[in-house]
Amino acid sequence: MTAATTAPVRDEDDDRSPEQGGGDPFDRDVLPTPPGATGALLRSLLAPMRGRVALTALLLLLQQAAVQAGPLLVAYAIDRAVPAFRVSDHGPLIAVAVGYLLCASAAGALQYAFITASARVSQDVLLDLRGRIFRHAQALSVDFHERYTSGRLISRSTTDVESLRELLEEGLQELVMTILSAVYISVLLLWLDLGLGAVAVASFVPLYLLVRSYQRRAQRVYRKRSTAIAAVIVKFVETMNGIRPVRAFRRERANDADFAVLNRRHERTNGDALLEMARYVVGSRVTANTTVALIVLWGAYRVAGQTLALGVLAAAVLYLRRLYDPIDRLGMFLNSYQSAAASLEKIAGLLAQTPSVPEPAAPRELPGRRPGLPGREVVFDDVRFAYRTGGEVLPRFRLTLPAGQTVAVVGSTGAGKSTLAKLLARFYDPSDGRVLLDGVDLRDLTGRDLRREVVMVTQEAFLFSGTVAENIAIGRPEATREEIEQAAKEIGAHDFIAALPDGYDTDVRKRGGRISAGQRQLVAFARALLADPAVLILDEATSSLDIPGERAVQRAMATVLKGRTAVVIAHRLSTVEIADRVLVMEHGRIVEDGSPDELIGGTGRFADLHRAWRDSLA
Amino acid sequence: MRTLLRLWPYVRPVRARLFTAAFVAVLASCIGLVIPLVLKWMVDGPIADRDPAGVWLGALYLLLLGLAEALLFGFRRWLVARPLSHVEAEMRAGLYRHLQRLPIAFHDRWASGQLLSRATTDLMLLRMFLAFPLTFLLVNGVTILVGVIIMLVQDWTLGLVILVPAVPVLITCVVFEKQYSRAARQAQDQVGDLTTVVEESVLGIRIIKGFGRHRSQARAFRELSGKLRGTELHKARLLATILGIIVTLPELAIGAALVLGAVQVADGELSAGTLVAFLSTALALRWPVDSIGFLLAMSQEAATATERYFEVMDAEPESGTTPSAGKQGGSREGGLRFENVTFRYPDAPEGSPPVLDRVDLHIRPGESLALVGATGSGKTTLTALVPRLHEVTEGRITLDGRDIRDMSREELRSRVAVAFEEPTLFSATVGENVLMGGGSGAEDLERALAVAQADFAHALPQGTATQVGEQGLSLSGGQRQRLALARAVVGRPDFLVLDDPLSALDVHTEAAVEAALRRVLADTTALIVAHRPSTVLLADRVALLSGGRITAVGTHHELLRGNAEYAHLMSGGPAEELEEQR
Repeated sequence: MTAATTAPVRDEDDDRSPEQGGGDPFDRDVLPTPPGATGALLRSLLAPMRGRVALTALLLLLQQAAVQAGPLLVAYAIDRAVPAFRVSDHGPLIAVAVGYLLCASAAGALQYAFITASARVSQDVLLDLRGRIFRHAQALSVDFHERYTSGRLISRSTTDVESLRELLEEGLQELVMTILSAVYISVLLLWLDLGLGAVAVASFVPLYLLVRSYQRRAQRVYRKRSTAIAAVIVKFVETMNGIRPVRAFRRERANDADFAVLNRRHERTNGDALLEMARYVVGSRVTANTTVALIVLWGAYRVAGQTLALGVLAAAVLYLRRLYDPIDRLGMFLNSYQSAAASLEKIAGLLAQTPSVPEPAAPRELPGRRPGLPGREVVFDDVRFAYRTGGEVLPRFRLTLPAGQTVAVVGSTGAGKSTLAKLLARFYDPSDGRVLLDGVDLRDLTGRDLRREVVMVTQEAFLFSGTVAENIAIGRPEATREEIEQAAKEIGAHDFIAALPDGYDTDVRKRGGRISAGQRQLVAFARALLADPAVLILDEATSSLDIPGERAVQRAMATVLKGRTAVVIAHRLSTVEIADRVLVMEHGRIVEDGSPDELIGGTGRFADLHRAWRDSLA
Repeated sequence: MRTLLRLWPYVRPVRARLFTAAFVAVLASCIGLVIPLVLKWMVDGPIADRDPAGVWLGALYLLLLGLAEALLFGFRRWLVARPLSHVEAEMRAGLYRHLQRLPIAFHDRWASGQLLSRATTDLMLLRMFLAFPLTFLLVNGVTILVGVIIMLVQDWTLGLVILVPAVPVLITCVVFEKQYSRAARQAQDQVGDLTTVVEESVLGIRIIKGFGRHRSQARAFRELSGKLRGTELHKARLLATILGIIVTLPELAIGAALVLGAVQVADGELSAGTLVAFLSTALALRWPVDSIGFLLAMSQEAATATERYFEVMDAEPESGTTPSAGKQGGSREGGLRFENVTFRYPDAPEGSPPVLDRVDLHIRPGESLALVGATGSGKTTLTALVPRLHEVTEGRITLDGRDIRDMSREELRSRVAVAFEEPTLFSATVGENVLMGGGSGAEDLERALAVAQADFAHALPQGTATQVGEQGLSLSGGQRQRLALARAVVGRPDFLVLDDPLSALDVHTEAAVEAALRRVLADTTALIVAHRPSTVLLADRVALLSGGRITAVGTHHELLRGNAEYAHLMSGGPAEELEEQR
């Protein structure tokens, strides 16, 4: 986790080289962001609401005009209305009264309109962005998720979006308001008195430089801060999700200490950010107040010399106050801008990741399923698989699984069984060769078609929040309650579900909704059964079941899944009894291939394994 | 808003700095109010008298005041920058510490997304509250008060005119606070729900992908984020209303004061300098007044965040030792003993049957006992009682005759080692993960890895120094299970609890692990949850858990012959079937 401190410091431009100092970008919380991706993301978010952004801007334009009229009316009152009133001309003063009334009411009403309009724009942008991150994360392949930790992904869609929200809700309107009022006031000052106006405008130069330098410094700090908070989140999520072993192994103190280190790093970067801000505030205030003093000096000199009206000086002073007051808030804007920029950059980096298992450009249709034979033929056509980082897992091989065949894959851990399954489920694409389903390359199938045909049940049986019925219905969302219960009955899960406090409507996260690991696997099976796939892959999916549970699953498979193609990975050889064919894998190669009886009768590895297993049954 | 008072213990350590900062801010604001007075002095004095030296002097005053104001504002920020980050960090560390010690039942109930949003977003809101609204509600209050006094002193009629809107503005603020508070709470809860969906969709990615369900997940997400958007817009409308009122009413008052003042100046009752000073003071008060709405909104959000934070902090942590008063009777026998143990989840509905019902079980010192039962019969729950992950509802569990409630959790958990069904590895090296179970140094590590047949660890890129877990190499289920087993045995614990420790292993590895484990079990008191005959055979005796009760105890072969339920669990068919196979 030294990434935060050793990550190369960059300037504000996005001209990073894709590889920085080597190493896996996943190790640090930095994904390669293509140049300009951040800007492009922002543009694409705002582009669809161009019209509403323009409307919002117009509202603000009018609102500021109404607000800035005040001092002008003051000048008019002092220089014109007072002398006129003295000669009993009440007209100008009435005009001032009416003008002020109108401006004040308009300012309030426009303020309301502006805030609601801009909230709508920013909320829509956020909605869009949240949705994009979510969908993109979902679209990225499993190998991405295996490398990019869940904590980071979560912090992308929570804290990073949050900092963008702050920018949009508080920062952006501050910026526009500040710039707009600066323009208005500059013009008014120049119009009131060219000389005084010029001094005010000249003060923008040092202010601009200050803002620039602050921005540059703050960006570094913010990038570090965003990395630091992500590390805090990762640790937090890991602890909460593994709370049982944390307790059992008395990790509390050690975790406190680890967390303290990460937390303190965040605290430090947070403090750094606030200090940068303090420095900026001093600089900008000094500049502003010095300018005010200069203008008053010169203005007063000229009023004394009677080359300037008193009302004009008064108006100028009132305007200056308004001109410089928002400067602190400009800092606050920069504040949220910096953290939003850092966040946006990370989000852009995530969104720039392309799924390594992309959707086809020109999808192909599968032929219809043959009547009476719901299964499909699977062919591994000269497939080879190696990780991108090197390291061959499966050397080139050919394998044909005829439609309707149940194939058991056995072999020791790390033999490549799971990789084979993941290739078939298209969690990965092969490095070479093709995987064909009824003659169609998996890469040519839409995700929708593929997932309807090929379903994989893994060992980890994760349950989503919601009811048990909803969890089963993930297999086929349009399924009726009867179908859901039918699937649960067939797999032997009905009894325990019916015994839960609210039966199928029990919320798995609520009172009494505790479900054991074995029961979760049964739910996962019911899910798969409901999906009605042509090809079913079971990757050690019965490991937590007891023997009767496993038998029930096998019986269900033998009947319900009859005629479907099934690939069963299991170290429990009981599964093999229902298989038509057994593949024995070792070091990524298929070393034995035949019917269970042939292999058991032979002298190969499987015969060994089977004997050992028989013995284990005692 | 009262809940904000609960922040005091966290703020207390930095109170000196915070108070100084508030004082400095008040000072700086008041300096801002002196500036109009200098202007008045200039207009009515040197300017009216055409005195250049006086003009220079006035400008010099202005410059000095301006510089002082700038430095004080900077000083305020410098004062609070580190302390406030520290308060935020302390609160986060406190939350983390507390969560680690809350009962497991609490974690079962709370989605970790809700916990996470408290540790991040809510605490950030609190820091911002301490940095701005807390100070500035005070500073602005004082500034407004001083400003109003200055105005009243200058010209009390104009001052009163300016004060007129105060009452309606105050009323609006109070009404607004209530409504906004509700909306803020709703929004924060919705953010928590959204976080939960995000988290689940990441953790369950393989299932979602396996069934091609991104669309329905995305729909659920869209619905929730749409709701959140609605709430946020509602909040914005409330804010817009209050700001509209806060901006308009004072501005109207200033307009009235201007007209009235102009009349007075025309009548010669008021000097021009006073009017200028009066108006610049009124305008100087604009930001303090305008900002009240936004400061109140932030305070409100902070109050909600505080409430959410303390919802977790108020949950009772696991109790320490709870002396089993008067229950010292019974046997002083060694080993692990369950006496009349009844367990019901603390949040279980009234009247539901207990998970475990008067369980009596005795594992003699050095003996290992296998626990067999149908899926969902409560085996895992039973094992969780030993290290006190859950507390027994009735009855007691003793280790070598001592009630486990009389031991500190620290002591208890150092004597009992557990391998969970779901082998969780943490972000650390392989070696560190294993040595979490106790033991020290390379020797113990090697021995434990050997027992668990986890020699693959040496073949990893950096051997046992390879990072695994969330932020490291992902290992297969079987590999993780073996490391978890190594972790359980590394500290040579007196008592070992293994929850189906070999489920993910292939037959060869399982046989090898069993052989090695047998040596460990020879002199360890162990409770082993088992699904398979091979695992059962590791143990000296077997107990059958059925309907929350122990219905049979004996050797594997005894039960296989004499107990139909057991035979069914071990073979899948009726007992005779297995006999036939022999």
